Amino acid sequence: MSLWKLALRSLQQRRLASLLTMLSLALGVGLVAAVLSLYGVISEAFKRNSSFGYTLIVGAKGSPLQLTLNTVYYLSQPVENLPYSYFLEFFPAERRKAELAKYGGRLAEPDRDGRYSLYAAGGMAIPVCLGDYLGDFRVVATTPEFFDQLRYGENVDRPFTFAAGRNFQENSETYGYFESVIGARVARERNLKVGDQIFPTHGDPDGHTHEQGFTIVGILDSTGTPNDRGVFINMEGFYLLDGHAKPIDDEPPATEEVEGSSTSRGPKKYRPLPIEQREITAMLLRPSQPLFSMKLQNVINEGTQAQAAAPVGEVAKLMQWIVSPVQQALLAITLITCIVAAIGILVSIYNSMNERRRDIAVMRALGARRETVMAVILLESLLIAVIGGALGWLTAHLALAVGSQLIEDRTGIVVGFFTTSRAEWYVLPLVIGLAAVAGLLPAWVAYRTDVARNL
Amino acid sequence: MLSVEDVVKSYAEPSGGRIQVLNVPRLQVAAGEQVVLVGPSGCGKTTLLHVIAGIITPDSGRVIINGRDITRLSEAGRDAFRAGTIGYVFQTFNLLPGLTALENVRLGMTFARGRHDLDRALALLDRVGLRERFHYRPDQLSVGQQQRVAIARALAARPKLLLADEPTANVDTGNQQRIIDLIRQFCDEEQVALLLVTHAPEVARQFARVEHLEEINRAARSSNEAAVAGA
Repeated sequence: MSLWKLALRSLQQRRLASLLTMLSLALGVGLVAAVLSLYGVISEAFKRNSSFGYTLIVGAKGSPLQLTLNTVYYLSQPVENLPYSYFLEFFPAERRKAELAKYGGRLAEPDRDGRYSLYAAGGMAIPVCLGDYLGDFRVVATTPEFFDQLRYGENVDRPFTFAAGRNFQENSETYGYFESVIGARVARERNLKVGDQIFPTHGDPDGHTHEQGFTIVGILDSTGTPNDRGVFINMEGFYLLDGHAKPIDDEPPATEEVEGSSTSRGPKKYRPLPIEQREITAMLLRPSQPLFSMKLQNVINEGTQAQAAAPVGEVAKLMQWIVSPVQQALLAITLITCIVAAIGILVSIYNSMNERRRDIAVMRALGARRETVMAVILLESLLIAVIGGALGWLTAHLALAVGSQLIEDRTGIVVGFFTTSRAEWYVLPLVIGLAAVAGLLPAWVAYRTDVARNL
Repeated sequence: MLSVEDVVKSYAEPSGGRIQVLNVPRLQVAAGEQVVLVGPSGCGKTTLLHVIAGIITPDSGRVIINGRDITRLSEAGRDAFRAGTIGYVFQTFNLLPGLTALENVRLGMTFARGRHDLDRALALLDRVGLRERFHYRPDQLSVGQQQRVAIARALAARPKLLLADEPTANVDTGNQQRIIDLIRQFCDEEQVALLLVTHAPEVARQFARVEHLEEINRAARSSNEAAVAGA
């Protein structure tokens, strides 16, 4: 009969105590595995979603992390705005003049190239305006280039595609300025479809509802990025909503009715807001040359008006300063749980030693060496450790597999039963080893058992 | 087969002195011989068996089994020697409660090198009339059945010497003779030397050779004399 079988029989004999000890260890290991796996998913999602093809985000002075969280992840409170004229500083004279002609209003020195146009020429600069909500989902006012030019995915090479409909237009024949595209999660959770109208609320999920609605013309395929929970509306339409025009003292609001009807609750037709009444929350920028990014960031940050944040760097800092310590704290807690479970193994086996002294003495009398009875006890704790550890790992990964669809929907990260983080390969053997080591003390007691006295 | 020569064993007393419990100048058992050892409680019967089994070491003297002085072996050496050469039947059976009858018998082979023979374990259980109950645990067996399993276990590794420490002391009268018969038959068939300790005269009477430990153990004799003198 093998020593393994002896150890197993001993565990069976103390069925309840062994089971409870295994469960406590399983809980600890399950927590470790779940925390590590989830951290892996979160970390991967943050890193992967920090780049959509742009290298800089330009916004009002303030916290670069808040600007990043706000613009990339649609989290945190909206930041201050920048004048539209600042946005035009990234374009050459031709574009500045064309925009002035198109929207009207005032623009200082339209005939000159924008201050940063040399850096931006040949790249991309996409404006976004934030501040409105549709329920708890953020409304992102932008231009059609957002979906035409930005990419996502691990290699930032996947274009946005539509599960239904199309991209919105700046001014369509059917819906004028008031078209929108919604993310997959928004469509699912709010049960919206192409052709439905949505009415954003101003400044807050509980703010007043704008009278002007937007017609959904497209629903994005699920991307696993924050854009799944974005409500994208045409920026021109956003400007025309009540309260969105920047007030100026010497002129009446420019969102006046001009002619005919277009959309929503009234037969209104609008003309675009003039340049001086336009503001943007941020712009997504990719300079013509990657090398220009750092230079441009410095130049912008030296100015008094705006800041430029590199989202990849900000996310890395976020991971380093906030997420990593949290992960370490969670790991510490779960490791403590495992140490407690290991102590549980020790107590469980140690307490059983008194009633097992005679069994040990009998084995010794039958010819078992001290080391042999010691090995039986160690194997026992190893069995508890391995079975408990495996149970914990299986439970955690089963939970991961069950929640895989949810995780994929929310983060775009595909996880399955066998998805493991690298840390698991180090921590789990450590935990199981720790539990096995817990058997050393009772094994030593077995080693020291006086045969003659206990027969 | 077995030769005990000038074996002395003493223990420390709480008062600080030492008390001699064993002083056996000579005890021999030939191969296949069956010897019964009788004596009153406290005369050192179990201690002598422990010394012969190598479970405890004497202060001095030699215990030669099969030509080998086990007092000169290391503890691990004595363990290995015991596993392969000596069978032990305890007064309280000492079956492991978590193991079945078959597993308990196989435990007798576990520590003897190269003697993992399932057929022999089953055959032994068959001989003691418990083949059908091989999967029973000790608490599912009667007292007599437990002792029969213990006998099978003691013989599982084909020992040369069987030590039986009052094997019928905890068995009812009906089973006593059966236990003794089983032990003697096994020892006869497998040419195993037997040293059986008992305080039951009806058991001792069945053996051709009866040794009185209080006579061969000087330590017991002197303590008896001291007790008589004191009275």
